[in-house]
Amino acid sequence: MNENLSVLGVFSLLSVLAVGGGAAVLPETKMLVVETHHWLTDDQFRDIYGLGQVVPGPNMLMVMVIGYHVTGFFGALLAYLGFFVPAGVISLGASRLWDHFEGSPWRASLQRGMAPLVVGLMAAGAIAIARTAIDGAMTVAIAIAVFLGVFFVKRINPAILVLGGGVVGLIALR
Amino acid sequence: MSHPAPADATVPAPPSGPVGFGEIFATFLVIGATSFGGGVVAYLRNALVLQKGWLDEERFLSALEIAQALPGLNATNMAIIVGDRLRGILGAIIAFIGITLPGAALIMALGVAYASNAHNPYVNAALIGVGAAAVGMLAAVTLQIGRKQFGSLIDIAIILVTVGLVSFLHVSLIWVLLTVGPAAVLIYRPRKEAAAAEADPT
Repeated sequence: MNENLSVLGVFSLLSVLAVGGGAAVLPETKMLVVETHHWLTDDQFRDIYGLGQVVPGPNMLMVMVIGYHVTGFFGALLAYLGFFVPAGVISLGASRLWDHFEGSPWRASLQRGMAPLVVGLMAAGAIAIARTAIDGAMTVAIAIAVFLGVFFVKRINPAILVLGGGVVGLIALR
Repeated sequence: MSHPAPADATVPAPPSGPVGFGEIFATFLVIGATSFGGGVVAYLRNALVLQKGWLDEERFLSALEIAQALPGLNATNMAIIVGDRLRGILGAIIAFIGITLPGAALIMALGVAYASNAHNPYVNAALIGVGAAAVGMLAAVTLQIGRKQFGSLIDIAIILVTVGLVSFLHVSLIWVLLTVGPAAVLIYRPRKEAAAAEADPT
């Protein structure tokens, strides 16, 4: 009955945990959405994450589609508010307080220490998606091609490459 | 006899009066509609510092520092912090709605279409390709962001411990943040002379 409340709760928790941005919270998102709550299958999660990569703006707007799968448009709204409002309120408050800590040497320690943790969490995010998305030679080839494109070709819109992956999939895998 | 424009003419002067809510909304709406794939910081800097002159470089970097250190996405945190600095809480709300609205509308359209076509083999094939491409993109962005960290053995150790805990031992993120986080910050705790000597061993 209270699926709506669960959606709000899960995404509010993820919002507060999303230190380092969307990719860092991806493994936890997958764990809660697929394994704990069974709102989506592995494949659905991969598909919806992929959809999120072809739209502009903040890349975790895909949480709305997850909410939509649970309780429709109201669920989408709750996922949106849950995922963005708690972190936003913290940012607003911290931005007003931040200047009080100007010159504290711990500020630099915090950034220096959290940087590798965030990189580790992003790598874990890539692994979480790869476990469902990489299956067979064609998907490996697409992933490597996009990796090389993003990594070595500057000034290329990554969304174009992701859409390109979709076109190759459509032609080769249907 | 046209003289080249003086350098400071390319950066508009800071706004004299308060920036209008409509302008805040429109600016962030454009950023939300045109930024893709993690490159949002470049779009924000271009719009807020170079085009609008709402922030100077230093204030932009300080806002970015806050946005990155705290929970939440850089893009939405930046919108909220900058909106708040321009016009208070209402400015923050308007900037936030602006930067998320285009993507939110589009993802919902795609999400609804996906929900009713989930068993279409063409849709499935395309999304398998998109998912594989997303893995490649995520891996590349991780390496780009972590470029500096991969040069330090301590950082590599923190990265490996984090990946091991999350990906292989499936430890909940909250525990990873509460254990690895403080440990990493302690490793890099402020030191007085030692830090200066270590950073510059000449």
